[in-house]
Order: sequence, then structure tokens, then C-alpha cells
Amino acid sequence: MANMLLIEPEKCTTCRLCELVCSERGEGIFRPSRSRVRVWIDAEAAEYVPMVCIQCDDAPCMEECPTEALVRDPVTNAVVVVAEKCDECAICESACPYGVIRCLDGLARKCDLCGGDPECVRFCATGAIQYAEPGRWPRAARETYTDRLRSLCEEAQA
Amino acid sequence: MISAYAGKLLRVDLTSRQVRSESIDPDAARRFIGGRGLATKMLSEAVHPQVDPLSPANTLILATGPLTGTSAMCGGRFMAVTKGPLTGTIASSNCGGTFGPELKYAGYDMVVLEGAASEPLLMVIEDGKVELHPAGELWGLNVHETEDRLHGELGRDFQLVSIGPAGEKLVRFAAIINDKGRAAGRSGVGAVMGSKKLKAIAVRGTGGLSVADPPGFRAACLDSLAKLEAGEITGQGLQSFGTAILVNIINESGVFPTRNFRQGQFESAEKISGETIAEEILVRPRACVACPIACGRVTEVRGGPYRSRGDGPEYETVWALGADTGVEDLGAVTKANYVCNELGMDTITAGATVACAMELFEEGVLSEKDVGRKLKFGDAEAVVDMMTKIGNREGFGDVLAEGSARVAERYGRPELFMGVKKQEMPAYDPRGVFGMGVQYATSNRGGCHVRGYMIAPEILGVPQKLDAHTPQGKAETNIAFQNLTAALDSIGVCLFVTFSIGAPELAAMLKTATGFDYDADEFMQVGERIWNLEKLFNMKAGLTRKDDTLPRRLLSEPMPAGPAKGLTVPLDEMLTQYYRLRGWDEQGAPTQEKLAALGL
Repeated sequence: MANMLLIEPEKCTTCRLCELVCSERGEGIFRPSRSRVRVWIDAEAAEYVPMVCIQCDDAPCMEECPTEALVRDPVTNAVVVVAEKCDECAICESACPYGVIRCLDGLARKCDLCGGDPECVRFCATGAIQYAEPGRWPRAARETYTDRLRSLCEEAQA
Repeated sequence: MISAYAGKLLRVDLTSRQVRSESIDPDAARRFIGGRGLATKMLSEAVHPQVDPLSPANTLILATGPLTGTSAMCGGRFMAVTKGPLTGTIASSNCGGTFGPELKYAGYDMVVLEGAASEPLLMVIEDGKVELHPAGELWGLNVHETEDRLHGELGRDFQLVSIGPAGEKLVRFAAIINDKGRAAGRSGVGAVMGSKKLKAIAVRGTGGLSVADPPGFRAACLDSLAKLEAGEITGQGLQSFGTAILVNIINESGVFPTRNFRQGQFESAEKISGETIAEEILVRPRACVACPIACGRVTEVRGGPYRSRGDGPEYETVWALGADTGVEDLGAVTKANYVCNELGMDTITAGATVACAMELFEEGVLSEKDVGRKLKFGDAEAVVDMMTKIGNREGFGDVLAEGSARVAERYGRPELFMGVKKQEMPAYDPRGVFGMGVQYATSNRGGCHVRGYMIAPEILGVPQKLDAHTPQGKAETNIAFQNLTAALDSIGVCLFVTFSIGAPELAAMLKTATGFDYDADEFMQVGERIWNLEKLFNMKAGLTRKDDTLPRRLLSEPMPAGPAKGLTVPLDEMLTQYYRLRGWDEQGAPTQEKLAALGL
């Protein structure tokens, strides 16, 4: 089974190197406002959450895309954007319950696992973001994480 | 346009409220890099060194480096460069957090603040759009209230620097604060901002930065990251215990200044150590942008009279508010730190000034009537109370707000000021670390540990161990450290990387980012150029060889006990050698040959 991003938010320190290198990889420049991974920071509560796409098995973004611009990479299992087919309708953005796909500057942007060698993982010094077999992420921890992503997404829309 | 730079600076005349954007001069960037270096060059050209630092004729420059905002390790920093109201020397205070990178994403490497407004102002920068707003309703708020208000009004995506009441009231050691707990702390840069009536700058940038050689830059970053992760201090120590991991190490070396440098060991050091902080109050570490080290501490005092939550304390702070005042109550030390963050002032000078006043009190020079209370060493409640009074210039706090050089002078005991060039020394007694003595004496901003961190070789053995109790070789190493740090402060990277990497790694990141063909030698030479330019500024401000000295206590009162027992600092010998190796004359002035060689 393909590896996936495994998130341990309690290890995050908010250095945001993930955002920096993700944006460089995706955009060719250091531009965290266009990063696919984003770190939610609530300084008062000292809660830091690296928000990444978990490549859902039944991905709503892919299902609802009217132009079939989102496809599953058979090797990495990532849902990836086919840029030529994307028409910037942003349906995927509203379909994603976790707030980790964004349409900006005419293109849907989401994590593609860097083709199987995620740059964020390379630069994450604390192991808050790892690339590992799905079995290494206990179900309960994973659900806690996705529940939090969902609630953060709902808060952002409210 | 040069790679890695935003390419522009923002020049703001606060008197006329004119704002204009200018290009960064590529030749100047090549010779002075950015940050501390480029800002020093610009300040030297714009400001007469004899101006009153708190007058409109002074200029305050907030300057990032070319690596700020990239993935360079610990590259999230900016500098505040101005003439300092505490010292009368050049001031350049480094700050982490989130402001520097955001400024670059908004399109600017620097903000140059000139003149002074007639009423409080707020500056809002959003992707190249710049506005000045009246800020009367913000004036008087503390830093936390200011940040909360601005985040509520503008949105949480804005990154902020602001001053608190200390900056507004021109406390001579007021700081500029970012992210509620990150300070451009020393020499009173916050008072300069206050004198210009600029309460805060809010910046939001959605742009990006390109580097000249992306694969080369990536490889250089990964190489540095691997070395930082493998390093004992940068890989584990600082993240687990914060900078206060040093408390026990420095105390055991007998150079942990206690009760205004009367002693070199604090009997209660363990109670305020990084280990105790981790055990008792640490909530979790917090990093500045692009920093894999994460020395920052989010902490909470969970009970007792000092119950509260905030940022810190770091090493110099637990020393200044703890050992130097003889206070062993970690809750009180932490609370006093929070008060400094909220009121916006430097913890080192604030604590050391109270320590000086405590000695004056115990010597009978200051009375209860003068102070309005007892002020004895070890009085935790007094330290917390005085922080509030200093930051608001209330009662005796108004006297202490001038810093300990002026306090000691005022009461006729100038020798009890424990500092250099009117700035208090931090948490290392040079009687047992001789290199730190020549470093303090020659630092261009007065008493300071981050111009050339001689503790690394003399105590920690980085890059190699030097005997701390001999003057031999200290001038030479100190010069190398001063030059390295000046260049480092100019690229936008944190000093802490130097526990694990040096000029070759830094030059590699700089070269691949900017496309300028730097190597380690040129990197060090840029540092030397900056150091000499700062020295020229100070000489024109009126400083002379007699200012390159240490408090009498350290030169003539032997350390009373501990590993450094019986020692004083043999400064003259090191200083003479330092001037010679610097290529300066006997009065400590750079020679014409040296200046010509550096292109100054």
C-alpha cells in the first residue's frame, strides 16, 4: 500500500518550513500564501495544526469536479490536479471537508505528495509531518486529526 | 532585481507622512548584504552620529536580509537599526517571529522611518499598498492589547510589530515586539519608534521570493538542516530546554553573575534552570519562521500570585530577573518577563537596572523613601512590581527607566553600573571567561553577548574548546566571531545556527539564493566591513578608547568564590592585541589602510 502523510500536530513548532518548501516546489518561489500545506496557529491556545490533504479514499473533490481535472495517481495514491483541465470553478474547494484544496490564480492547488517524495517531510525537523504506511497511523489519532481539520474548515467558513 | 531580495525599500517620512518606494542598490547589497550591514550603511549616510537619538533627526530602519522569508535555516529574522537612546552608539537589535518574512512577501526588504509624527500613527502595509492611519485609540495599550485589537480589525493574517507603554514613554531600553513575545530588545530601539509616534506596523504579503539557483539552494539548506539536527545544542538541547539550558552550565563554570555581579554562582540556579522551566511551566516550544530549533517557550505559571501565561523566559531573562536580582522564584521571574513583553521592554537591562538599584539600596545609597518600598536582593515581589513601574514610568520606575548607568551616576556610585557604553552586560561574568571580557569591552553596542558569543568556544567548546582563564588567543577569536556575527545578522539568519554551522554553510546558502558569488572568505570580509563601519559611527558619535572598558569590579575585584575564584579580567593585554589585529591604531581607530582595504 502506498505511503501517506501522517500528521502528529503535537510535534509541530510553527516553523512553517513545510509551507516554504511546499510553495517553492509547487510555484517555483517561496510563497507560503500559495502553499498546499498550511499550518493553523492559535497562539493563545498554543494549538498548531499542519493542515494537509490526506488523499481521501472516496475523495469528494475528485467526485464533484465537473471537468475531471482531479485524478488519482496510481503510484502514490495522491489525488492530483490536471492543470489543463481545471477551469477554476472552485467546486472542489467547497467539496473538500478539510479545507486543504484551494483555487487561487485560476488553478486548484492541492497536495500531490510531490510524486512520492514529499518536500515538507524532508524539511520537517520534528516529525510533525511524516511519510509512512497508513498502518502506522492509529485510527483514533487519525480521526482526531481529521475531525480537527473539519472543524477548522467549518470555523473558517462560518 | 536581485534574487532572494524583495528588491525595494519603503521610505517613510513620518513628519510629512510621505511614503515612497525605492529600489535596493545592487552594489550596496553586494558589499553590505542587507539587514544589519545594509541598514548600517544607510544609517551612517542619513544620520549625523551626534544627533539626539530620540529626536526626529534620528532614523529607524527595520531591515530583513536576503535569506529572510526563504527556506534558509532559521532565516526568519530582521534587524532594527538606529542610534540607540540607551548607549548613544549605533543600535542594531535582532528579532525573530513572523514580521520579517511577511514584510518581504509584501514586497519590501526594509522600512526606513524618518522624522516624527505629531500624533500617534499606525502603518498598514498590504502587498505594496501602504497607509498611515491615526492611532490615538491604540496609544496607551500594551503590546498584547495592541496585537489583539489589530488582529481583530485587520485579520489574523497580518503580522505585527508594535511598542507598548515603555516605547511610548521613551523608556531608554524599550523594545519593538513581534508576536507578543519576540523582541528587537536591546539599546532602546522601541523608544526611538515611540519618539516617532509610530505605535505599530501591520503587514500582510501574499507575494513570493525567488532564488538564483533553486537546486543549489535546496541542497545548501538540506546540508545545513542535517548539521543542525545532528548538533547536540541545535538538535536537542535548545528545543527541549530553551536557551535556559545554559543556567546550570554557566553556573557550574562559576560565571553566572549573581546580585549585580557580586558573585559568580547563584545558590538557587537549579530553580530557574531550563530543566525546571521544562518541568514546571513549559506548555510547548514555539519556533520563529523557518527555524528547526524552536528555542521559544510558550509557558504558563499555573498557580500562586503570578498565575499567567505567555512567552519565555529565555536564558538572559531568567538571569536578569532571577540571579542578578537574587530572585529564585521561577513564577515571579516568568511573570516579570511577561510584564516586559506586554509593556515592551528589554528584560536584560530592566532586570540588571533593578539589580543595580538593589545594590544601591543595600549599600544605603537609596532609601525606602527614594524607592517607595524596600528593594533588597531576593525580593521577588519587588522585581515584578518594578517592571510594571518602569514600563509605565511610575514613581521610582521613572528613575530606573533611564537604565542603570544613569541611575548609578545619579546617586554618585557610577562603578555599580555593570555594563559597557551605558548598556548592561548580560549573563556571563568575564572574570571567568576572559574572551567575553574583550568582547564586552569592544562591542559596538555596549554590553552584549550577541556581537561575538565567546561562550561558545570558552565554555561550550564550539567549534573547539579554548581555556576560559587565559587571555591568549582571545582577541583573535573574538574578532572572527564579531565579523561572522555581523555578516550573519545581515543575511537574515539566527545566530543560533552557529552552534552547528559556520561561514562556509552560510555563504553557500547566500550564494545560491542571491547569485552573488560569495565564499566563506568574502562572507567574513563583509562582516569585517560592517564592524568597521559601526566603529566609525561610534567614533563620530564621540566614543573613544576609554569607552572600550569594563566596570571596575571586573577589573580589580577578584571573583570571590567558585571555579573562577581570585580572577579579574586582564583586559589591557587583550585590548591592545585586539586593536592591533583589527588593523586599528592604539586609540582604537581604524587606520586609513584598513579602511581602504575594506572599501570604506
